[in-house]
Amino acid sequence: MNKIFLIIKREYLTKVKKKSFIVMTLLGPILMASLFILPVYLASRQDDKQVISVLDETGLFFDKFEKNDNYSFSKVNTAFQEAKDSLTKKGNYILLHIPSTQLNIPHNAIIYSDKQPTLNLKGYISDAMQKELTNQNLAAEIRQEILHNNKSGYQPGNDTTDEDLMSERINKNVREKSFISITTYKTGEGGEEKKSFTELTMVIGYVGSIMIYMFIFLFGAQVMRGVIEEKTSRIVEVIISSVKPFQLMMGKIIGVAMVGLTQFLLWIAFTFIIITAVQTAFPQQFKKTQTQQAAITGKSVALPNETAPATPNSISADTGNSDLNEVFEAFSSINLPVMILAFLFYFLFGYLLYGALFAAIGAAVDNETDTQQFMLPITVPLIFSLVVAQTIIQNPESPLAFWLSMIPLTSPVIMMVRIPFGVPTWEIALSAGILILGFLVTTLLAAKIYRTGILMYGKKSNYRELWKWIRYKG
Amino acid sequence: MILQANSVTKNFGDFTALNKVSIHVPENSIFGLLGPNGAGKTTLIRIINQITGPDEGEVIFDGKRLNPDHISMIGYLPEERGLYKKMKVGEQALYLAQLKGLSHHDARQRLKKWFEKFEIQEWWDKKVEELSKGMQQKIQFVVTVVHEPKLLIFDEPFSGFDPINVNLLRDEILELRKKGSTIIFSTHNMASVEELCDNIALINKSVKILDGPVKEIKRQYFTNSYQVQYHDINGKPFELNEPGFELLNSSVDDEIRKVTFRLPASKGPNDLLAAMLPYVNVVAFNELIPSMNDIFISTVNAVNDNHTPES
Repeated sequence: MNKIFLIIKREYLTKVKKKSFIVMTLLGPILMASLFILPVYLASRQDDKQVISVLDETGLFFDKFEKNDNYSFSKVNTAFQEAKDSLTKKGNYILLHIPSTQLNIPHNAIIYSDKQPTLNLKGYISDAMQKELTNQNLAAEIRQEILHNNKSGYQPGNDTTDEDLMSERINKNVREKSFISITTYKTGEGGEEKKSFTELTMVIGYVGSIMIYMFIFLFGAQVMRGVIEEKTSRIVEVIISSVKPFQLMMGKIIGVAMVGLTQFLLWIAFTFIIITAVQTAFPQQFKKTQTQQAAITGKSVALPNETAPATPNSISADTGNSDLNEVFEAFSSINLPVMILAFLFYFLFGYLLYGALFAAIGAAVDNETDTQQFMLPITVPLIFSLVVAQTIIQNPESPLAFWLSMIPLTSPVIMMVRIPFGVPTWEIALSAGILILGFLVTTLLAAKIYRTGILMYGKKSNYRELWKWIRYKG
Repeated sequence: MILQANSVTKNFGDFTALNKVSIHVPENSIFGLLGPNGAGKTTLIRIINQITGPDEGEVIFDGKRLNPDHISMIGYLPEERGLYKKMKVGEQALYLAQLKGLSHHDARQRLKKWFEKFEIQEWWDKKVEELSKGMQQKIQFVVTVVHEPKLLIFDEPFSGFDPINVNLLRDEILELRKKGSTIIFSTHNMASVEELCDNIALINKSVKILDGPVKEIKRQYFTNSYQVQYHDINGKPFELNEPGFELLNSSVDDEIRKVTFRLPASKGPNDLLAAMLPYVNVVAFNELIPSMNDIFISTVNAVNDNHTPES
């Protein structure tokens, strides 16, 4: 076992020190981060001047929206539903609805549009409203304070401590009350207003399965190339006089698996760092997009809105933030720990199963060009499962989905698609059991091919040959 | 007896690579494992190295049935040998030495010593691909012997080595024997066998056809033949009228005639000389000793009619 550790260590260190590993490790996060950042950046750009129809039921804000190069505002005086219907018919519209509230000064607004409103627009509107609201609140607060002081016989200017205290109290109250929440609804052709968050479930499942597919191919091929390298450089014979071929094979597979996990973790860490850095560098672009970020990452949901440190009160009040609620709902229905555990499990064992097969192929050939004929049976189930995954997303409970998530060659990819939709525990357990069994069987077969193959030089092997190798005794 | 293989048989499917082969390797000797290509030498070596196991028979190492503990006592330089090209020399040597069971510390110390001996310390941090083939062979040799194994197995050690390295290798092998190691050679380079080996086994088509100490084998193939060279003045072959003296060969070159006689078992070289001296001026006289090459070819040919000799 000490020897297998040596092999894993060598495999790991040489791979991690490689230039290609370092380049991939740095490029990956930039790519991933740009996946998050680009949409935000693009959304913050404005193409042409937009006319925003404003239905201001409070009558407080419309005057405060000043037109600029990008936006102009027009007042709507009809009732909400009427206004919305007429605009929907016209197309290419943005309707800002500020509903009146009975008790408080309003602090929410809803943007209806037939396309996603830009973030700049949201920022612009919310800034203007916030300013007005702060003024209103300040005035109200001061009024109240004066009222209060008059009652208690307070003389302004007498006591500096009291004055400081008072302004602090006013500021605090104003801040709390001046929280603006803007909700956006994108209305489609059929007029349905809400996005369904099964989309999110699908995306998560599909991303998981694509990642497993990629990792299996990427690192499986690395195992194969490593075996071919050892074979063509003839070092293999020196090594297997010291260790068992099985140890060498498993050492290589495990070593590469650790490289894969390292890269994966580094990617996540770097992506997080880049996103955080960009967010810090350009807070303007990001601060108003908490809702959207939440929908993408699902992580920042729990973070409080930095720009408006709101009391729980004002959030639970009718901010109308149904997007957020749905994201919460979607995530709670997914069961994140199960998802992560399942990903790690299916990644690891899927890779181990295929890694053994890749190692066997590497042992059966003399150079990489000869691998084609043996690659087919490996690539077909993998590609097949990725293609079928798109169908299975539509119908995750179908018999096809069930059987494919039981067959160990396809289950890693297919199960990842199904799990976000909720899969019975017994099915997961059965599929996991079969996968482990499949891993043991393929590793055993692969080890037999490997054991004979690595010592065969300059001989073209075919499937009959491999079958013979499998039947050789010790 | 450090190593003993008892009627070892190994099949690959329908093909029999070794058929009841037994060898005995005495301690502190150099043992030659001979045979044409494909005879089964490498399979036998792989069994000794526990790369594969025998189907039948057993291998006894140092009195015990071969087991994984013995791996660290055996050093193996395969015929097909190589190193990781992208790895640094020192790192790689350390890795291979540790695989043979040395601790990191011991491996480093011993490797340093060997590198000093071969004056190759400055290669430690070089990548293998930067070295010439001859340099790589030195590293391979060092890696094979660094764990001071009791038994060393060299499969075609001289193939691919340049003459300087061949000499170096031969000296090292002899020194290793002096220090107490046992060496198994697998080769079809017969000259090196005569020069180095104490014992041999000859394997042909998976069967051992000849074995024993080199001296004894040579004695077995002793033909009692002698070559005499003398000044030939007449230009006529010399006629010797001794009963049982058989003239095998006669040729003349620049007034020197070479004749070869085979004597009956009762006669010796002195009898031949005595018979010839009265008539001719003898220039040179020598016994015709069968070379290992002749023995190899004749034995293999005898067993296997359609065999073509090794080149």
